Amino acid sequence: MTAQEVRLCGLLLQEHFGEVVEKVGTHLLKSGAQNLRTILHETGISLDLVKKSLCVLVQHGACVFSSGRKGPGSPTEYRTSCDRILRILRYPRYIYTAKTLYGDTGELIIEELLQRGHMTMSSTVKTVADRLTQNMEDGRSMDYNEVSNSFSNLVETHFLQRCPPPPRAGPKESATPAPPAIPGTPAAPVSNAPPTAESFPDCYKVPHVTLTGRGKRQLSSEDVDDQRNAKKAKMDSETHGDEGICWQVNFERFHLHFRDQAIISAVANKLDQTSSEIVRTMLRMSEVTTSPSATCTKPLSANEIFRSLPTNYNILRPILDQYLTLLVDDPMEFVGKAGESGGGMYVVNMHRALANLARATLESVVQERFGSRSARIFRLLLRKRHLEQKQVEDFAMIPAKEAKDMLYSLLSQNLVQLQEVPKTPDYAPSRTFYLYTVNQLPTSRMLLQNCYKTVANLIERRLYESKESKRLLEKSQRIEAILASLQASGAEPEQLTEVEEMITAPEKQQLDALRLHINKLDSAENQVDETIFLIESYITSTATTS
Amino acid sequence: MAGKGRGVGAFTFNIEALGIGRGSMPEARAGPTPLFPNTEFKPVPLKDGEEEDYMLALKQEMRGTMQRLPHNIKAHANKAEVERYTERYLKQKQLDDTNWIPDWNFLPKELMPQKKKVVKPVKKKKAVKISRKESDAMLTKLDELEKKDDGNPEKSDDEAEKKKGNEGEEEEEIEAEEYDEEDVEEENDYIDSYFDNGEDFGAGSDENIDGEGTY
Repeated sequence: MTAQEVRLCGLLLQEHFGEVVEKVGTHLLKSGAQNLRTILHETGISLDLVKKSLCVLVQHGACVFSSGRKGPGSPTEYRTSCDRILRILRYPRYIYTAKTLYGDTGELIIEELLQRGHMTMSSTVKTVADRLTQNMEDGRSMDYNEVSNSFSNLVETHFLQRCPPPPRAGPKESATPAPPAIPGTPAAPVSNAPPTAESFPDCYKVPHVTLTGRGKRQLSSEDVDDQRNAKKAKMDSETHGDEGICWQVNFERFHLHFRDQAIISAVANKLDQTSSEIVRTMLRMSEVTTSPSATCTKPLSANEIFRSLPTNYNILRPILDQYLTLLVDDPMEFVGKAGESGGGMYVVNMHRALANLARATLESVVQERFGSRSARIFRLLLRKRHLEQKQVEDFAMIPAKEAKDMLYSLLSQNLVQLQEVPKTPDYAPSRTFYLYTVNQLPTSRMLLQNCYKTVANLIERRLYESKESKRLLEKSQRIEAILASLQASGAEPEQLTEVEEMITAPEKQQLDALRLHINKLDSAENQVDETIFLIESYITSTATTS
Repeated sequence: MAGKGRGVGAFTFNIEALGIGRGSMPEARAGPTPLFPNTEFKPVPLKDGEEEDYMLALKQEMRGTMQRLPHNIKAHANKAEVERYTERYLKQKQLDDTNWIPDWNFLPKELMPQKKKVVKPVKKKKAVKISRKESDAMLTKLDELEKKDDGNPEKSDDEAEKKKGNEGEEEEEIEAEEYDEEDVEEENDYIDSYFDNGEDFGAGSDENIDGEGTY
């Protein structure tokens, strides 16, 4: 992990879990696996707080613990990973996707699970039903059954998965007298690798949950409070048959969905809506049969695709064939031809598509940062691989002086690399070829780091903005609270306007400007994350193919 | 090479071959690049639409909720002397389920919070009393023994020493008490049967800070 990643992780942890967790988290990120005592010693935070922070991190899956590397009996070690913490940035997108796929219920289920880290099915269903009831009209309420159905749907489509069982069993077993280890041989390989969620068979099995009832409306008046608490306590003591089975959000599944969506929308932008529908159909058909890390989908014949197309699209068979040929001929290589049988076998090239999307991102970054003529040089180098300076000037058809300027500025930004090829071993400049080239993978990595830095800067700026007008924000908060309490007690309208006027016009202007700025910054964070997702998927896809 | 002018003539070969001609060299850089350079190209505006707006709302809501959840741990803040008016409103905004009980099956045992000792103060007083009585008895006994042993003429000196000894012993007693406290705490670490109702979660626990200085 890089300094940029650690910085961003720290900011994210601070925003969502507070400063103490941020300190513990970044310490763990910087120093790798550590046991409780070392963390305590090196951070200088009180034991109580360190324990709580670790609980929070483990609860949210940002930290894994395993019995020590030094054999059984050694202290438990904790380790965090950047990847999981950076997912916090993508939370809005997960929730939004759940909403588009499964409606409000799905949205709330994912939101609750993301907020709490992991929960049992019964408690999730209960809170979600309560929240939905809250938003309904009087007299109506949400049935638990409906929510559990949505929950089961999410599990069936693998958007949710069970948390891996706690690694408690291991140490206990090894506590019983084990055969003395033969000196010289390493101690019995204790499974130090944290159990992955997919490694146990019941991962996507919904337990039988006995839940009947409807969502309860929260009563706002205070006098019912005690009553409610008593009821709540009674309800909590009930068992639903799923205690100890916790669920978490399966980020990988969401990422597959995002990847497919990215490919579909790219096709729609490049060609047209109809071709994107064809690709969507192909991706849907191969969703189950293709493994998540496969380079391309299983071959599908044109006949199969034709049968699975949604009927309302009215794509005729010859038109489908034409579209498929068009897709195969497209330089973006989203769709490839795998054979001729069955009217032609077609695949979606996942990894090629990702690589091409990442390349397009790089090109547009160069274009927006350095202008379209620099982008021309960049594209030229991408296509021709290695070029001498003179060749660049000629092929790009840009006057020599300007071309040099652009090329050097690209070189100084590390977007373009220089390769020396000496004719003689002494590297004499007169007998050396200087070849300019673009390496897509390292450049993407660099861009990814820049993206992390950008988001961290955005967050920092937002914190600064809200700190600067803290007084104003507190004031408006206070007035809102007063207004709410006045309204609840049924105050007269004159009173309300009087309170409202406590914020002066210039203050109001300032507040509006602040809101606008913060919204912009927040929105920018969301959108940078889309780029981050694309580049991350490209980089991971190259790791699996090589 | 002569007559090519300063700087350029320093090369031993024809640099025209590299494509670096006279006057076509970019300007040398003087000093570091500015921290905030002028951007030649203005950034494109952010995407705008229903989807983006909804995600923005989700993000801000998420952040707000997460900050009110018990998972957001606050450092023990120095309590302000005066309760501020705003605090009353901010407090109300905290979610009511501040007592978060994690599922201990998923967490290592060592992370469980320690039990608060309620019995401790009573014990302490008793111990003090007993030790005082005992020490007094012991001292008088010693005095008597001393007097018996040798009727020394330096009685005043003896008395002074006695006093000193008395004080010293008392100090020792106090120290011993402190050790006792720590022992009690150590014994209470990691009790498996202990169940936390979470009430002390988030509350200031200065005692623990003192107790764990021994690490």
